[in-house]
Amino acid sequence: MTETTTFESAEQRILQLFLEKEALLNEEASDFLRNNREQSMAVFQRLGIPSRKVENYKYTDLTKIFAQERYNRAFHPTSFEFDMQEVFTCDVPEFDTHILFHVNGWYFEQNKTDLFPKGTIIKSMKRALKENTDLVEKYYGKQADAANDPLASLNGAFAQDGVFIYIPDHVVIEKPIQIINLLRSEEDLYVTQRNLVIVGKNAQIKLMFCDHTLAVHSYIANYLTEVFLGEDSVADVYGIQNQHNGTAYFNGLYVHQERNSQLITNTISLHGGITRNHLQVDLQGEHANASLFGLTLTDKDQHSDIFTSIVHGQPGCHSNQIFKNVLDDNSTGVFTGRIHVMPGAKKTEAYQRNNSVLMTKAAKMNTKPQLVIDNDDVKCSHGATVGQINEEALFYLQTRGINEKEARLMLMFAFAHEVLTNIRVEQLRQSIDRLVNKRLRGEVSRCHDCKLECIR
Amino acid sequence: MLIIKDLHASVEGKEILRGINLTINAGEVHAIMGPNGSGKSTLANVLAGNTNYEVTKGEVTFNGKDLLSMTADVRAKEGLFLSFQYPVEIPGVSMINFLKTAVNESRKYHQLKELSAGDFLKVMREKKEMVQIDSQLTNRSVNEGFSGGEKKKNEIFQMAMLEPKLAILDETDSGLDIDALRIVANGVNLLKRAENATIVVTHYQRLLDYIVPDFVHVLYKGQIVKSAGKELVLELEEKGYDWIKKELGE
Repeated sequence: MTETTTFESAEQRILQLFLEKEALLNEEASDFLRNNREQSMAVFQRLGIPSRKVENYKYTDLTKIFAQERYNRAFHPTSFEFDMQEVFTCDVPEFDTHILFHVNGWYFEQNKTDLFPKGTIIKSMKRALKENTDLVEKYYGKQADAANDPLASLNGAFAQDGVFIYIPDHVVIEKPIQIINLLRSEEDLYVTQRNLVIVGKNAQIKLMFCDHTLAVHSYIANYLTEVFLGEDSVADVYGIQNQHNGTAYFNGLYVHQERNSQLITNTISLHGGITRNHLQVDLQGEHANASLFGLTLTDKDQHSDIFTSIVHGQPGCHSNQIFKNVLDDNSTGVFTGRIHVMPGAKKTEAYQRNNSVLMTKAAKMNTKPQLVIDNDDVKCSHGATVGQINEEALFYLQTRGINEKEARLMLMFAFAHEVLTNIRVEQLRQSIDRLVNKRLRGEVSRCHDCKLECIR
Repeated sequence: MLIIKDLHASVEGKEILRGINLTINAGEVHAIMGPNGSGKSTLANVLAGNTNYEVTKGEVTFNGKDLLSMTADVRAKEGLFLSFQYPVEIPGVSMINFLKTAVNESRKYHQLKELSAGDFLKVMREKKEMVQIDSQLTNRSVNEGFSGGEKKKNEIFQMAMLEPKLAILDETDSGLDIDALRIVANGVNLLKRAENATIVVTHYQRLLDYIVPDFVHVLYKGQIVKSAGKELVLELEEKGYDWIKKELGE
């Protein structure tokens, strides 16, 4: 009796799957999308799953995650026999938002979108790919494809759905749009989600992405969002991740900014297994302004990798980055911050800071600023600190009758707080303050009221 | 109130305190003076529970309880207060949240009801007036960006809020201009009660013009080498510390 074992690589396996499912993926797809998908797959095959030899992935080994996974793919929308609002209620009191659900990467068709101003388009990506071909062909993939990133190309190859948002010129959406991405299944699952947000001239939007797991199974989530900001537009993009330890979460945010546009992002990672946030901003109009903030709290064996890349392509642009990490137990963290100031981008101001606190000797942080400055009329700074809780401050608090545990929490919270002050939606800021506090206390900080018990 | 018996303490293996004996009763003000490096600040820190100092011998009882077995926060809740020579800046921790936590932790310890936000603010206003601290300072982070004088006033303000039984003022006069010194001393005097006591640790006599001690001790090479009434302050001012060294045969 002979036994044959085939040693196929993860890339081969993914290609095989792609070829098997290509017809399904391209169901009703335009030539544009077919083309984009094929090209994405070709790029992915060329780049492969990044090992630690790839500079941008030096501290996050994806080959391990992909080598073993035989997860099912969410090629079809999950069907529901229950009321979404009843299963999941975001627990932010009086927090008035437009809520859009996704389940396993698929836009929830019962999402209500009738309250938006005239001309605004909010719909599933799948429908937009068919119905809004002019916008799609102008913007889809334009930011992400240029990045030549393996996860972005993998997303492009398998993308089927997500949310499509178009805000016409001069329209201000005052209420935040809350995009709640749920992972829920009866088995381990691989999920792809693709979002496209187009903000017109002088238009304004506040987006809040909430990423949750609602079942105990293991997940790989490959999410990608492209955002185009027209002249004088303003966008806030908040992200809150609260997923269990069995989740590998890859989240790409690719932003293109025109003249005078203003961007604030705040990436808050409360809980997750293996997390990679890829934030890329192209400042391609004069006086565009981008502020990127982030707070990552890790414990146990969690791993978080934040990769930022800001390109100053035009004169007079301003960018500022503050990312903070609190690492407990054996958890590990990475921050890579790239700033590229192009030759013509005079009067650039670009600042970057990463501060980390290690709560244990076993916790580890790798931080790496990368500044490429190709002209001499710039103000640039970067700084990184990795340290422990300030023992003197700890003693000071204790001498006032505050016990050590509480004093440590106060200091950790104080450390984290700087990032949170930059959230411009007051109710959201208060709510996140509370969540971070609970999380630092080791209490399960569920930010939603959910009937399904799945925290592990 | 406080009984120190043969207290020895070292830091990084080096012995700093070499057999301190001292008894402090309610209502008394004790001054501990001495040249630089004699162990004054070490004594203050050891009593407050700083774990950077290792007690190698001796015992301390505080209101009948074993002080050395208590953690720093329990010592504070039991009524011991240290005014720091160098108060620590704590960015991000607001004065109000800090004080409210401190006051209520202590109240919980003594099985008292926590103060409501309204009551707390009322108490805070009263104490602020008492110690003449700038109203704006309590809207900031703990000591962050405070001037030297503001930091010391803030220590006395915290003391007023916590109402300790025994206050140890570690070099509270260092770096203070004379106006700030008067305000700080005045605050300490206003807080004086028949049932509490104060230890003033200082290198100079000036603070003692304002906070008049009942007893004065000279600390030298980790031991109390001389104890007397307040007249000793004047003697030290006139002659410096050298005559004590001579008396000791050095």
